[in-house]
Amino acid sequence: MTGIPEGKVAELIERAVTDVFTTMLDVGIVAGQSRTTSESLSAANMGVVSLIGFAGPWVGTGSFGCNPATACRIANALLGSEHLAVEEDVLDAVAEMTNMILGNVKTELEEILGPMLLSVPTVIYGRNFTTRSPVKQKWTVVPFQAEGQQIEVRLCLSENTEQDTIRPGFHIGYSLHV
Amino acid sequence: MAFDVLIVDDSAAIRKILQRVLRQSDLPVGAIVEAGDGVEAMDALKQHHIGLILSDINMPNMDGLQLLNQVRGNDQFKNIPMLMITTEGSQNKVLEAVNLGASGYVRKPFTAEQIKEKLVGLV
Repeated sequence: MTGIPEGKVAELIERAVTDVFTTMLDVGIVAGQSRTTSESLSAANMGVVSLIGFAGPWVGTGSFGCNPATACRIANALLGSEHLAVEEDVLDAVAEMTNMILGNVKTELEEILGPMLLSVPTVIYGRNFTTRSPVKQKWTVVPFQAEGQQIEVRLCLSENTEQDTIRPGFHIGYSLHV
Repeated sequence: MAFDVLIVDDSAAIRKILQRVLRQSDLPVGAIVEAGDGVEAMDALKQHHIGLILSDINMPNMDGLQLLNQVRGNDQFKNIPMLMITTEGSQNKVLEAVNLGASGYVRKPFTAEQIKEKLVGLV
C-alpha cells in the first residue's frame, strides 16, 4: 500500500484488538505473526465472518473472523448473558466488535490518509461459504489467540484515484441514479 | 428522583451493554428507552419525559451530531444532558460535538466505570 508505512496497518489492528478485548470483554488476547495474503476467507477456517467497508480517498474492506464457539463467548462477555448457539445477539455482538476494532483503526489511519467513512458491518455465519473481493491489493492479516481460540482480523485498502467517485468506476452523478 | 434515559445507537449490542451499565450503577435511573437512530430518538423524546440522552454518532437516517443539533435547537429538549458514546474519535468530530453542545464524549471501547464517572458529573 502506498501512503501507509509498511507494518503500520498490522500495528494498528493489533493495538485496536487488544484495546477492545481487554476493555470491553476483560479477556486477554495475544497477537500472532501478521502476514499479507490474497487468499479468501471461508467457512472452513472461520465460520463467523463480519465485513465492514471503508470509503473516501482510500477504499477497502475490513473483516473480523472467528469460530462459532468463540463468537458465543464474545457475546457472553460483551452482553453479560449466556449464549450457547450463534443467534441474533451473538451476531450483533460480533458486528459491534468489528465496528469498534476497525473503527479505531480507521480513526488512527485518518491521521495519515485523511477522512474516511465506515459502513455498517455485515455478519456472515455458515458452514459452507467463501468470501471474495475483486481487488488486486493483498490483505493484511493479523491472527490472535484468546482463551485458546483463533481470531483473525484483516484489512485491505487501496487509494481511490478517482476522487469524485464513491469507488473507482462509479461516478457519484451516475451512481445515485435509481 | 429517578430520571428516564434515552439510549440512541444502531447497534443492539451497545444498547444492551449501556442498559446493563445504567442498571448496575447507583444512579436513580427510571425507564430506559431505546432508539436505533436520530429519527427514532426525536420520536421517543416527544413521547417520554427523558432526563438524559446517551447517543452514538455514526448512525443511519439521522446521525448523532444531527440529533444533537436538533435537541439543542428545541426549547423543550435543549437542557437535557447528552453524552456522546462513539467509535468516532477524530478530533474534528469531537470538536463538532462540543461546539454543538454535547455534555460529554466517551470513545468506544469503554469500561462501565468510565460511563458511570461521566454520568455522575451530568445528572
